[in-house]
This record gives sequence, C-alpha cells and structure tokens, in this order.
Amino acid sequence: MEVPILKQGLYLIASIQSALTDADLSALREALIERVGKYRARGVIVDVTALDVMDSFAVRTLRDIAHMARLRGAETVIVGIQPEVAFAMVQLGLTLKGVSTALDLEEGLAFLDRQGRERLDRVQGRGTRGGTTRG
Amino acid sequence: MGVLPVAEELLVAITSDVDVVSARQKGRELAAEAGFSSGDQTVIAAAISEIARNILMYAKRGEIALRIVMNGDLDGLIVVARDQGPGIPDVTRALQDGYSTSGGLGLGLPGARRLMDDFDVVSIPGKGTTVTMKKWRRRHA
Repeated sequence: MEVPILKQGLYLIASIQSALTDADLSALREALIERVGKYRARGVIVDVTALDVMDSFAVRTLRDIAHMARLRGAETVIVGIQPEVAFAMVQLGLTLKGVSTALDLEEGLAFLDRQGRERLDRVQGRGTRGGTTRG
Repeated sequence: MGVLPVAEELLVAITSDVDVVSARQKGRELAAEAGFSSGDQTVIAAAISEIARNILMYAKRGEIALRIVMNGDLDGLIVVARDQGPGIPDVTRALQDGYSTSGGLGLGLPGARRLMDDFDVVSIPGKGTTVTMKKWRRRHA
C-alpha cells in the first residue's frame, strides 16, 4: 500500500491511510527523502492518525525519516499518534527521541511555520551584526 | 478451575512482513471478540507485532496461534508463537531490555512481556522457540 505524499508550499505531507508492512514503511522513507530534494522541501509531516499499532520497526523507520530529512535540510513532524498507540509505545519502551511530534496536522503545520520563522530570524539576526558567525 | 478454550484456535503462518500485519490484525479482532477494550486491543496487537517480527528476524518462518479462553470469571486471549529456528541460547538475557543479537532495538521480547499479563519463553538451541503470552480481563456479570 503506497502512502500518498502531498506537496503543500514548502512542506511535504505523507498521510498514512492504513496498516503498513515493513516494505511499505521503507518505501515511504525512500520516497520522502528523495522528494525533499526534488521539491526543495523545508518540512515533512507524517500523519499516522490511521495507524492502529506502532511497533519497533515503525518507530525506527519514522526516526530514520526525521534524521535523514534533517540531514537534507528539512524538519520532520510526526502527527496524529493515537492515545492507545502512545500507551502501547511507552509500555514497549519505544521513544521518538529527537523527533518532533504534534497533536494533529494543524498543529504540525503551525510547528513547521514557527520553525521556519525562527530559522529566518536567525539568518537575519546574523546579517545585522555584520556577518559574525554564530552557532 | 482451569483454563478452558472458548473457540477454535486461529493459526497465522509467519513467513513475510505481510504476515506480521495480518497476525496483529487477527489478534486485534479476536481481542475485540473477547471483550477487551480498544486500549487493550492495541496493546495485544503491538505485542503480537513484536513477537511475529522476532520469528521473521531469527527463524525466518513460524506460526502464531491465537485463542480465546476463560478461567473462572476471567476472559483471556492466548498467543502462542512457535518457530523451528536456531533457538535462544540465553533466554534470561534475551528478556533483558536492550539486548539484541540482530542489530535491532532489542525490545522485542522484554517489550512484549511488559504489554501482556503472562509471558513464557521455552527455547531449545537448534530446535526452536515457543513464546506463550496471555492477556486477561475480568468478565462483567
């Protein structure tokens, strides 16, 4: 089952529609990383609202997506983790350390917008101080 | 009073990643049938996913048997995962968090154990592994 990836402005939105096999998850990872470059995306949202289970492979793949996208210059947000799924993940000892999450698509978009603004501020801030290098 | 089977057991062969998904979906359906809450259904499905994944990773193939049972005023779901793989040389160690020989996350067995009420591993090196795990709920009169 292929996951549709929408391009919205500077962002890519992947909405998972149904249960995914390991092969599907790996295909999603490849497609997203390729499209970050193709569309020069600054943000990636993976909507997992429809996922009724997240096991170790799914969590590892989402983490890989976020880290690989960051290496390509895009920030990733995972949105829509259901309460029961969150409970089972915690019991399993699965974490999304280093990966941003948001309640739903709306919050995810707001998060990316904020990140984008902060990035812009940093760049402009550096400019006004006459090119001092920071961070 | 012993554990009584309520219905025929359901067998799911595990030979590829597609079977991992169907095993956990069947487990969820059966858990719903047994009256488990949707939270418990998710927990059971997640545990099945991890042990099915273990079968694929270590033994390549195996099977998962699912069965609804009752024990006094408890309804339960029993999940038995069997394979004829290489077996686990040190079960105690395999049940520790962070221990993995596959380069995975090492969460499979200890994670599944935390999700279920009863958890038992029998493994004979060279012969295979059987994981039996159970989840119980009190039947409401």
